[in-house]
Amino acid sequence: MTAKLLPFEQPVEQLRMKIAELKRATEDAEIDMSHEVARLEQKLHEVETAVYTNIRPWDRVQIARHAERPTTLFYIDAICDAFIELHGDRLYGDDAAIVGGIGMIDGQAYTIIGHQRGRNTKENVKRNFGMPHPEGYRKALRLMKQAEKFKRPILCFIDTKGAYPGKAAEERGQSEAIARNLVEMAGLTVPVVSIVIGEGGSGGALALGVANGVYMLEHATYSVISPEGAASILWKDATRAEQAAEAMQITAPHLQKLGVIDGIIDEVLGGAHKDAVQQAHILKEQITSIFATFKELTAEQLVAQRYQKFKKIGQFLEN
Amino acid sequence: MAILRNFLAKRKRKQDGTEELIVPEGMMTKCEACRHIQYTKELEQNGKVCVKCGHHLKMTANERIAYIFDEGTFEELDAHLQTTNPLQFPQYVEKVQQDMQQTGMNEAVKTGVTAIDGQCVVIAVMDAHFRMGSMGSVVGEKITRAVEEATKRGVPFIIFTASGGARMQEGVLSLMQMAKVSVALQQHAAQKLLFISVLTHPTTGGVSASFASVGDINIAEPKALIGFAGRRVIEQTVREKLPANFQTAEFLLEHGQLDAVIHRHELRQQLSLLVRMHVGGAQA
Repeated sequence: MTAKLLPFEQPVEQLRMKIAELKRATEDAEIDMSHEVARLEQKLHEVETAVYTNIRPWDRVQIARHAERPTTLFYIDAICDAFIELHGDRLYGDDAAIVGGIGMIDGQAYTIIGHQRGRNTKENVKRNFGMPHPEGYRKALRLMKQAEKFKRPILCFIDTKGAYPGKAAEERGQSEAIARNLVEMAGLTVPVVSIVIGEGGSGGALALGVANGVYMLEHATYSVISPEGAASILWKDATRAEQAAEAMQITAPHLQKLGVIDGIIDEVLGGAHKDAVQQAHILKEQITSIFATFKELTAEQLVAQRYQKFKKIGQFLEN
Repeated sequence: MAILRNFLAKRKRKQDGTEELIVPEGMMTKCEACRHIQYTKELEQNGKVCVKCGHHLKMTANERIAYIFDEGTFEELDAHLQTTNPLQFPQYVEKVQQDMQQTGMNEAVKTGVTAIDGQCVVIAVMDAHFRMGSMGSVVGEKITRAVEEATKRGVPFIIFTASGGARMQEGVLSLMQMAKVSVALQQHAAQKLLFISVLTHPTTGGVSASFASVGDINIAEPKALIGFAGRRVIEQTVREKLPANFQTAEFLLEHGQLDAVIHRHELRQQLSLLVRMHVGGAQA
């Protein structure tokens, strides 16, 4: 099955179809068109490189939101030799918009937690489109504290438009749940690595993001507000989202330049959804090598490193 | 009183035939809740609490500090930090400079070392008159440094929040200030020091979803608007009518999100008592 194409990919697709057509036409014909086909394939390669290396912010937003983009549970399944999902916050309920559990990667146990989107309508209803309620964040915190007790490293996957803006969420303390995670994550005595795999939307994303290492997949976004939200606040016009996506600097290269993330993890050409299995393979290699850099740090050093890392973020003049 | 007030005010006939009082600027203030017009001086002497209906009007950071803490003890920190324009947002610097002139502050929070009934505390007071109290790099840095100062001195940290949330014009850097203040608060807490958060009108978005909500004691002023998401956003998402008191201090108290809602007139005394219970009285 081929993934649904995005508008900016059209030049690549057109060329690909032309080549296929030419090949079909020359199959039974007497004329040898192999030279022409080779020329077009060379052209295709060039066009692909051009299209996929200069992806505009708005196109990255579309890739990050692609319905077939691999989710937390896909990566967990692909990366772990074994995984046991653990449910519930022990206070109110189990939020399906955040999943968590213990996974084995190359013989090492990790606590793995992530936002979980659905990949179709039915799943999205169950997962609330990956937008957690307070109980989701409280489950995440419970699992982090559990990891700390057993000295397990913690891996977080960030993939949410944001925490759910609803009446029940407010009543049960959405603000407090997010705020509590920020402070508690700051004090964790085990290594924590967070990777933005899709959309990293606002406080709801950050609540899994106070880590020793923060990374983004190449086409992921991480922002204070969605492009639509920014456009409606700044220009009172949500349809100017494309412009807001540029202005708000929400792509991985921007965030690296702003000093917010520690690195970018490559995606397969055109985005993770083009070859999810290969993407999981790349991700796994990166995860093990990132955690290796924190292996020697003591509990105090891990807390201090996290402190220094976030303390540095921000731009101002000291006059 | 009423006669004099009516004498001072000019009348303007509105389209619907009713008359509205136009109040001379500065001298009189109209309560935004009950519309009662009162002497500004009288209102200020009453801690900006409406003399008629008890509504708590917004305070500036300077008014708040003068009202709550010991006179002459406030030593300001980091008034020299200056906002830049990291995302090159059009007119951002101009807007900040405009608010600097209007408020006499360098950013939307004032921080410093002060005392309450002789007890040393470090404070941060946000001011909603400066860019709606929104938090960018300077606000985050000032609060972080204030928390660090409290940790260094081994004293309580008290914050008065008033903020629309993260500042859009600094993008993800604003979001990250939530994490920055949090890592500093964690160190303060690790030293077993007291943190009191006083949530004032309005405290929403990223400020509500970070330091404002994690005090050892969370206090709010009556009727203060406190919440994560905006009311309109929620109404659009859930498509149901929200209760009239939704996201008020009283609503949060009812739902277990606050320790207390305290009238402004009682605030100084209650804060002082809380500090004493933790600092003086807590020495085992």
